[in-house]
Amino acid sequence: MSANLPLIAFYVSAGILILAALRVITARNPVHAALWLVLAFFTAADLWLLLHAEFLAVALVLVYVGAVMVLFLFVVMMLDINFDRLREGFWRYVPLAGGVGLLMALEMALVVGAREFGLQSAPPPGEPAPGYSNTKELGRLLYTDYVFPFELAAVVLLVAIVAAIALTLRRRKETRYQDPAAQLSATKAARLKIVKVEPDRGTPPAEGQAK
Amino acid sequence: MIPLSHYLVLGAVLFAIAVAGIFLNRKNLIVILMAIELMLLAVNMNFIAFSHFLGDPAGQVFVFFILTVAAAESAIGLAILVTLFRNLKSINVDDLGSLKG
Repeated sequence: MSANLPLIAFYVSAGILILAALRVITARNPVHAALWLVLAFFTAADLWLLLHAEFLAVALVLVYVGAVMVLFLFVVMMLDINFDRLREGFWRYVPLAGGVGLLMALEMALVVGAREFGLQSAPPPGEPAPGYSNTKELGRLLYTDYVFPFELAAVVLLVAIVAAIALTLRRRKETRYQDPAAQLSATKAARLKIVKVEPDRGTPPAEGQAK
Repeated sequence: MIPLSHYLVLGAVLFAIAVAGIFLNRKNLIVILMAIELMLLAVNMNFIAFSHFLGDPAGQVFVFFILTVAAAESAIGLAILVTLFRNLKSINVDDLGSLKG
């Protein structure tokens, strides 16, 4: 019974994952689609744990569920869109999409099916040695063999930050802005005027003032 | 034990669902972006399955890079989508024909 436990966990997770993926592409409301996608990512992280990829499973939950999907939800909720117009022709394309999808899945299942990658031809590795740390191993690889690709990935993220800000930043006409250059270049002469006042006559009355 | 083929077929089914999703929602840019995320997830699933069964952690390093690039891609894609909506008041793919001669 306990030997079959990983297999049962796999089937349950795979079922939930496929159901969630189907709901992502058929949901009427994109907010629901985004939430189903969150479930799909979470279940995928579950499956990756079964494959002893602990670091990536946690990274998937943190990066995707925590950041990317929240970004998706923000954008979907901010935009005011008539979603019914976007679903025009949805049912017209169901036969084509279903046919192509089914064909692709069948083709790939034929190639990567149990005959080539079953238990006999691809024996599963044993349990990792005691004290083995997936995170430590990945970190060692990332900072030695793959250090230049790692830095390149950091540059890609930096470019993404700059691009996202540059694309969405705009100046509103009705909002007032400070101009630091103008502020810094102001001189004393432009702001302050010293008036000589004669002691016995007091200040001259301002123009338009009575008496 | 779970055979490798289970994971590979699951990845294939997930990828096919994502392709079908692009066909079905070909007017809705947001769902198309989500379908692309699903495709990348299917690919990552294959990478990690092979990495586990071949005992080579390089596959997991590659998944790490795919996650990075996918995060950058969705951030820029959503920024473009917001700009597009601001200018056109629509994210319908059919309305995006301004480059057409």
